[in-house]
Amino acid sequence: MSRARRLPEPTRPLPPAAPAGNGAHPTLTLVQGNEACARGALAAGCRFFAGYPISPSSEIAELMARELPGCGGVFLQMEDEMASLGAVLGASLGGARAMTATSGPGFSLMQEHLGYASLAEIPCVVVDVMRGGPSTGLPTLPAQGDVMQAQWGSHGDRAAVVLAPGGVAEMLELTRVAFELAERLRTPVVVLADEVIAHMREGMRLPDASQAPPPPRPGPAQPPGPAFAPYRPNAAGVAELPAFGRGYRFHVTGLMHDERGRPTSDPVVAAALLDRLERKVAPAVDLVPADTYRLADARVVLVAYGITARIARAAVDALRDQGVPAGLWRPRLLWPVPEQAMAQALAGAELVVVAEMNRGQWAREVDRVLGPGVPSAPCLKAGGSVITAEELTQHVLGARARTVAP
Amino acid sequence: MNTEKRLLRPDMMPHMLCPGCGHGIVFEAMLRVLDRRFATLDQVVFVAGIGCSSRIVGYIDAGTLHTTHGRPLTFATGLKMARPELTVIVVTGDGDGLSIGGNHLIHAARRNVDLTCLLFNNEVYGMTGGQAAPTTVRGAYTSTTPGGNRETPFDAARLAEAAGATFVARAQSYRPQLFEGILEQALDHRGFAFLEVLTDCTEYFGRTNRLGTGVDLLQSQSRAEPAIGVDLAARPTLRPVAETAVRPTLPMGVFHQSRRPTLAEALGVGGGGDELAR
Repeated sequence: MSRARRLPEPTRPLPPAAPAGNGAHPTLTLVQGNEACARGALAAGCRFFAGYPISPSSEIAELMARELPGCGGVFLQMEDEMASLGAVLGASLGGARAMTATSGPGFSLMQEHLGYASLAEIPCVVVDVMRGGPSTGLPTLPAQGDVMQAQWGSHGDRAAVVLAPGGVAEMLELTRVAFELAERLRTPVVVLADEVIAHMREGMRLPDASQAPPPPRPGPAQPPGPAFAPYRPNAAGVAELPAFGRGYRFHVTGLMHDERGRPTSDPVVAAALLDRLERKVAPAVDLVPADTYRLADARVVLVAYGITARIARAAVDALRDQGVPAGLWRPRLLWPVPEQAMAQALAGAELVVVAEMNRGQWAREVDRVLGPGVPSAPCLKAGGSVITAEELTQHVLGARARTVAP
Repeated sequence: MNTEKRLLRPDMMPHMLCPGCGHGIVFEAMLRVLDRRFATLDQVVFVAGIGCSSRIVGYIDAGTLHTTHGRPLTFATGLKMARPELTVIVVTGDGDGLSIGGNHLIHAARRNVDLTCLLFNNEVYGMTGGQAAPTTVRGAYTSTTPGGNRETPFDAARLAEAAGATFVARAQSYRPQLFEGILEQALDHRGFAFLEVLTDCTEYFGRTNRLGTGVDLLQSQSRAEPAIGVDLAARPTLRPVAETAVRPTLPMGVFHQSRRPTLAEALGVGGGGDELAR
C-alpha cells in the first residue's frame, strides 16, 4: 500500500539522551508525571496508543499523539474508552506493544475489555490516573478510589496486576515495568496513578531515547499446524499467543476455552483455566518489591502508596522527631496483594496505619493479611484532598495513645 | 468437500446454527468466495462480536478473533493499524453492530478503516432468545415486544453510508449468488466496505410471528425485490402482507462506492506492514 499522505513530522522530537553531567550531579529534566508515564511507555517500545480524552490523564494521550508518528507508531483517538481498549487489544494481537490511559469514569468503561484481555491473555498496559468519584465525581481532584475496581471491577474472578507509582520518576519506571510484566505474563497490567503524581513536576533523568526498542514478543515454542494449541501454557503457566498472520491460524475468544482455544462449558476446564490465570500472575509479587522508609526498627508502621506515601514519609520524620519509632512500608504492587512480604515487613508492629485517599479499600486487604492480632488504625480521607502530613501525624499519635500501652 | 476441509475447523463442529437459519446459507456462500480468493487464510483475520452470526468465525480455519458484544470493529481497527497487510473481515449482527456496537460502526465508517464489515441482519436477538432488535420491523412480535414492536428500525446501509463508509451494499440469503458477487466487490474495495445481508431467524422470529418454515421465510425475502417476487397470497404460510411484520421492500446491490484515504493511508502507516510489531 502506498503512503498516500504523510503526517507532518512531530512538532517536538524525542528528547535527546540526558547528558551524563559531571558524574556526581547528572543533569535532570523537569518532568510532569503524565509525561514521565508516556516517556516510559515509549522507552518500553510502546508503538500503539488508543485513548479517549479525560482529565487528569489527557497529557499522556497528547504526548503520545505528538511522539508516536515520529517513531513509527500509531496514535488513535477513539470514540470512547471501550473502543480505546478494544483497539489496543487488536493492535496487541497484531504483535504491537500497546497501551491506553484514562481516569475513573473511563476506567469503569474499560472493565469489560480488561476482563477480556485477562481471559484471552492479551498483553497491554492501562494507565488509570485516579480522580475523585463515584461517577463524574471530582474532575479533577485527587483520590485513590479505584483500588478495588482495578482488581474487581470486571465481572468474574479476574487475576489483576496493578502497579502504584509513588513519584514522577516512578511513573516512568513502573510504566516500563508494566510493559515488561504484560509481555512476560501475557496479561493486562494497570498503572494506578493519582492526580497529584500525574500532574506534579519533578527533576529526573529521562531514558536514552536512541536506545533500540525491545525485541519483538516471542512466539510460541510449538510449530504451527493442525495440532497447534495457542493456550497450552509454558512452564510458567503462561500461554504465549503468536501474533495474527505469522503462520499460525488460531481462535481467540472471551468464552471459556480449552488449550486449543475452542469454546467450552466444561466446569473442570473452566476452573482449571481460572486457577492457571491466577497462578501465572503470582510472580509479579517478587518482581515489584515494596519500598521502605526508616522501617528497620519501626514499631509503628505506616502503609501507603502513591502520593499518600510521599506524604507519609514526612509524617514518619515528624513522628520520629517526637520519639515515635515510625516507619513506612510502601507497596508498589497493589494486586496481587504481596501478602508474604507484607506480613514479613509488618511482623512485630505494635500499630499499623494504612493511609489512603478512599474509604478503606486497601486497608481491608492489610487487615485481612495481618489478622486481628495486629492493632490497625487506618487514616482515610475521601472527597478530593490529600491527607496532609500533619493530619497523618496527629492520627498516628492519637491511635497510638489508644492502642499502645505506654 | 475439499473446500470444507481446507477452510473449516472440523473439531469445532457441529455448528450451533438452528435448522433453517439463514446464516448457514450466507456462511456457505462466504466459504465459496474465500475458496476462490485465497490460496491460504494465513493472512486473513476474521473479527466478530457476540451473537449467532459472530459465532461462525470460529468455524473458519483462519486467524479468528471472537471479541466482546458490539466491539469487533474496535479490535479490528487496532489490528489493522498494527498489521495493515492483513485482510480483516468483521462479522457482526444487527444487535451487535447496530445496537450495542452502533457507535463503533459509525466511527469505523467515518475513519474508513480498510476492512470488510459483514452485518448479518435477521431482525432479532437470536442467541438470547428472540428479543427485539433495532432492526425489528414495526408490529413484529418478539419476546420483548409482546404487543408488537412500536419502534422504527434502522436502515443499516443508509446509516453506514451517511457515516462515511466508502462501499455500501445489501444482499440477502435468498440469493446467495448475488451475495457472493457483492462480497467479492467488498473484498476488492480499499476502505471501509459495509455489506448488510438479510437472513432469517426461524426459531425465534419465524415462529413467534407464525411466518412458517425456514423455506417460507427465505421465499418471503423475495418480496425485497419486486422483479422476482412470488405471489404471497398464493402461499398462506408466508408473511401476511396485510398484517405487518414483514420487511418493507428493500433494494439490493451496491448502493455506494467511493475512494478516499483509508485510516492507514491518512496516518501514513502501511508501507511494508509489520511496522509496529518489530
